[in-house]
Amino acid sequence: MTPTSHSAVASDPNDEGTLVAQAQAGDGTAFAELVQRYQRKIYRLAKHITQNDEDAEDVLQDSFMKAYEHLKGFHGQSKFYTWIVRIAVNESLMKLRKRKGDRFVSLDEPIDTGEEEVKREIAVWEGNPEQQYSQEELQGILNEAVETLKPDFRTVFTLRDIEELSTEETAEALGISIPAVKSRLLRARLELREKLTRKFKRKGDNAFGYV
Amino acid sequence: MVTCKQFLKELNDYLDPNTDPVMKTHLESHVSECMNCFVIVDTTRKTLQVYKGMEPQEIPEDVKARLWKALERKMVAEGTS
Repeated sequence: MTPTSHSAVASDPNDEGTLVAQAQAGDGTAFAELVQRYQRKIYRLAKHITQNDEDAEDVLQDSFMKAYEHLKGFHGQSKFYTWIVRIAVNESLMKLRKRKGDRFVSLDEPIDTGEEEVKREIAVWEGNPEQQYSQEELQGILNEAVETLKPDFRTVFTLRDIEELSTEETAEALGISIPAVKSRLLRARLELREKLTRKFKRKGDNAFGYV
Repeated sequence: MVTCKQFLKELNDYLDPNTDPVMKTHLESHVSECMNCFVIVDTTRKTLQVYKGMEPQEIPEDVKARLWKALERKMVAEGTS
């Protein structure tokens, strides 16, 4: 990288690192820009994990408040987005635990990922669901499918396949091992595939296979 | 020879663009011969596509307003510009 291009990147006012540095120096507008940038994603993440509107609202607010309070302690080891996701995941899991009447919800204990041979629905999909359903209808179908997953699976799926964190970032955010992320992701993907295939399969296709 | 069960265990790796090409070729040979696994790969890919294409919903205005109010209060209390 040439010095010129480096300075161009460093001075980009929309660059995440620049905004974080400005916010750390006390610039409230820069922090507001970061909130503006990520609030919808954080709200979506919280809704997926908690499956509750009120809890998602609390998580959204509490996560950004905490980020603001601890901003000076953020040293840029990870991206700001990964950091705020980690805060939001912790807040969401706390809500889940509370709602379950203090029944312990843990993401770091071994669980049965059920990878034994199971009967699976084998059918091709009828066209493209994005063209066949309105955005709202499709959103409803996808949310309903995620809602049926166990919290461990839907949390990993949300981070990896919706928020597009890497396997390593997901493991770090949840405090679980990389193999645990991989096995939960596989199970979540296969379960969702199964549920959506039931919805989107070509009419008349009713094949099942043991795989 | 990869069995369907082994293939499904490696499905994530198969879908991952960064997977080792040797491993990928190994798995590819199974998909090219097994119709069931071919359909599973295709529908899993489509599942991921529809989720990735999903735009985050708008946050309700009242929720957004409460968030901004809370942040403003905090910034005023801490004397941030």
